[in-house]
Amino acid sequence: MFPIVEAGFIAPGIRRFVIQAPRIARKQQPGQFVILRLYEHGERIPLTIESSDPVRGTINIVVQSVGKTTRLLNSLEAGDAILDVVGPLGKPTEIKQFGTVVVIGGGVGAAMAYPGAAALKRAGNTVITIVGARTKELVILERELAAVSDSLTVTTDDGSYGVRGLVIDKLRRLVEQGTRIDLVLAVGPIPMMKAVADLTRAPHIPTVVSLNPIMIDGTGMCGGCRVLLDGKSKFACVDGPEFDAHQVNFDVLIQRNSMYRSAERESLEEFERDRAAQIGAVRGAAAEACALSEESR
Amino acid sequence: MSQPPPGSANPLPLRDRVKLPRQHMPEQPSELRILNFGEVNLGYGPELAQQEAQRCLECAKPTCMDNCPVGVKVKEFVQHILVGDFSGAAAIIRQDNVLPAITGRVCPQEDHCEAGCKLHKKGESLGIGYLERFVADYEQRLGIRHVPTVAATGKKVAIVGSGPAGLSAAGDLVQKGHQVRVFEALHELGGVLVYGIPEFRLPKGIIREQIDYMRAMGVEFETDVVVGRTITIDELMHEEGFDAIFIATGAGSPQFLGIPGEHLNGVYSANEFLTRINLMHAYEFPAYDQPMLDLHGKDVAVIGGGNTALDTIRSALRLGARKAYVLYRRSETEMPARVEEVKHARQEGIEFHMLTAPVEFLPDEKGWLGAVRCQRMELGEPDASGRRRPQPIAGSEFEVPLSVAVIAVGTSANPVVQSTTPGLNTDKRGYISADSVTQRTSRRGVFAGGDIVTGSATVILAMGAGRRAAKSIHEYLIDGGWGG
Repeated sequence: MFPIVEAGFIAPGIRRFVIQAPRIARKQQPGQFVILRLYEHGERIPLTIESSDPVRGTINIVVQSVGKTTRLLNSLEAGDAILDVVGPLGKPTEIKQFGTVVVIGGGVGAAMAYPGAAALKRAGNTVITIVGARTKELVILERELAAVSDSLTVTTDDGSYGVRGLVIDKLRRLVEQGTRIDLVLAVGPIPMMKAVADLTRAPHIPTVVSLNPIMIDGTGMCGGCRVLLDGKSKFACVDGPEFDAHQVNFDVLIQRNSMYRSAERESLEEFERDRAAQIGAVRGAAAEACALSEESR
Repeated sequence: MSQPPPGSANPLPLRDRVKLPRQHMPEQPSELRILNFGEVNLGYGPELAQQEAQRCLECAKPTCMDNCPVGVKVKEFVQHILVGDFSGAAAIIRQDNVLPAITGRVCPQEDHCEAGCKLHKKGESLGIGYLERFVADYEQRLGIRHVPTVAATGKKVAIVGSGPAGLSAAGDLVQKGHQVRVFEALHELGGVLVYGIPEFRLPKGIIREQIDYMRAMGVEFETDVVVGRTITIDELMHEEGFDAIFIATGAGSPQFLGIPGEHLNGVYSANEFLTRINLMHAYEFPAYDQPMLDLHGKDVAVIGGGNTALDTIRSALRLGARKAYVLYRRSETEMPARVEEVKHARQEGIEFHMLTAPVEFLPDEKGWLGAVRCQRMELGEPDASGRRRPQPIAGSEFEVPLSVAVIAVGTSANPVVQSTTPGLNTDKRGYISADSVTQRTSRRGVFAGGDIVTGSATVILAMGAGRRAAKSIHEYLIDGGWGG
């Protein structure tokens, strides 16, 4: 059992959790993720680690409500617990002095881009950060990102905050202005990452994206998360999740991520029909398991 | 050959024992079992077990035991069955095999003990596996726990992986008085036993009970730890104070064919397909959250000819597949699957297409898997494995319409532990180099065994490696020597 120490919404539908996981907290590096399973009948889902505190033995994750599992997770409170959290998984982001780095976070991807931006800044890079959201209230981690960036641009689709438009528009302007860019690190929705890759391909700007295929074990055992890179299969869980954006076949990734769409819809509808009972059952089971492990101690 | 051996509890003269037929294993009828995930083999009752035990010739020099990778004292346990002491029989097995209810179900006895049985030459060998399963189940039903107490040595051993090699080593080491902790990457204990082998061949409840037994013996378990990521071998030794480590991570990395179209939706590795079903209960969706593709009315093929291939395709059938094919590039003689599994699969209506190799997965109009293009093969000269090498027949290509294809052509070494353990030698395929008797690696105090050393093999061979490692670890912990 992995106790939730803190939990709170940082934007509508987006919640940050501080989870007691001392072994993971000690080892976590930027770019790595955990796989978690909420309860006995739960599925395993991967989530990027936003940051960790090795002294306190905690990791932070930022979760957007999308399907059943994330909605269930976002219904949990401090004092509840998660049945399984395993990690840190995947290869860490390559951190060294590149020169000038553009870090791009789309939507909740801003939280995933944050640890990379912070580490790249510490390594002596000039960090230009661009984060985008649909609308003002969905802009997250602005303060944290500003603290580790030499410049920060916020874009919103509806223009309710920052610059109206998409993150890609800002990147395009930087490229067109002839800004020297030694590396782009982009994390967010697949269409955004694909657009970034398309933009930086011709000018040969090295670009890294963090991919989010469907995963089960996260240790290289099932091959479900395979992505196509220059025609070759790679496992995102052990060979990634970060890859050279110019080699990624994004269309295959989009197709593969749609594989269980109808089942996901069914699961969600069922959850929404009986939301309170299902949340209650998960929280109750966690409390019971915690009490048991207290007793055996 | 006419009199029973001196002191035998079996009144039958040997010539009569030879005439007795092997007792048939009761089975769930095939037309029923393809509709559920319940066990196919139902197990002997006491009567059948005692009748079967009467067939044992009680050889002065039993060759069945020599053929067992863990050295189970077959004759001795069968004699206990003869006199009705079933718990005693189980206790005898447990001296050498900590997982009898599991090996009684999935060990290929026909290649080991039963191949060594003298009855084999005269007809059908003794049903040793069936008898083992019977006494193990009997013991489990009674809930008897012979937990031996031993003096603690104060030494700590970490075992990486809770599959058959790791569990076997853990059982032996804890009985020597060492403190044993097993680390497992997944949320469930048992390794390939839980994610790989379906419920109808090895029920999860059986594995859980065997592991509970080991817990009662004092073995500690920690799930959700990926050694190499969550903690390294060096940290286990230097920071957590383990005196020895046994690496038993298995060969868990799925191999693909490297042919076009493998990324299409509908193409799975056997590991993923079986993990979704076995570990994640996708067949009980939506009561369990992990989904899988709906196979009702769909045509499904597995590529490969081993037990994993058959587990896969028989699972697909139970999930409603309309057509269920095995595509195998060699002929039936070369198939590595157990004879019993092939028989069960045929009874259930699985179609076998031998000398057939896929060359490309083809998309349908949605861009999902729609068909597989295959070519016919013929057998040429023997290859490195001693089996005749399959060669394509020119111009023989044909297409099979399919919704789901599962690739079950073997696994390779997962590099996570090796790549994070400096000084740990591996061979060129990435398997850990370890001595075949002592299971020692190039790192002092670090041992390895099972599939991560040999490449994919069987449950019982992994357990044999676990036993050798336990013996060798015990010797190392007692005298501390490593030698050159």
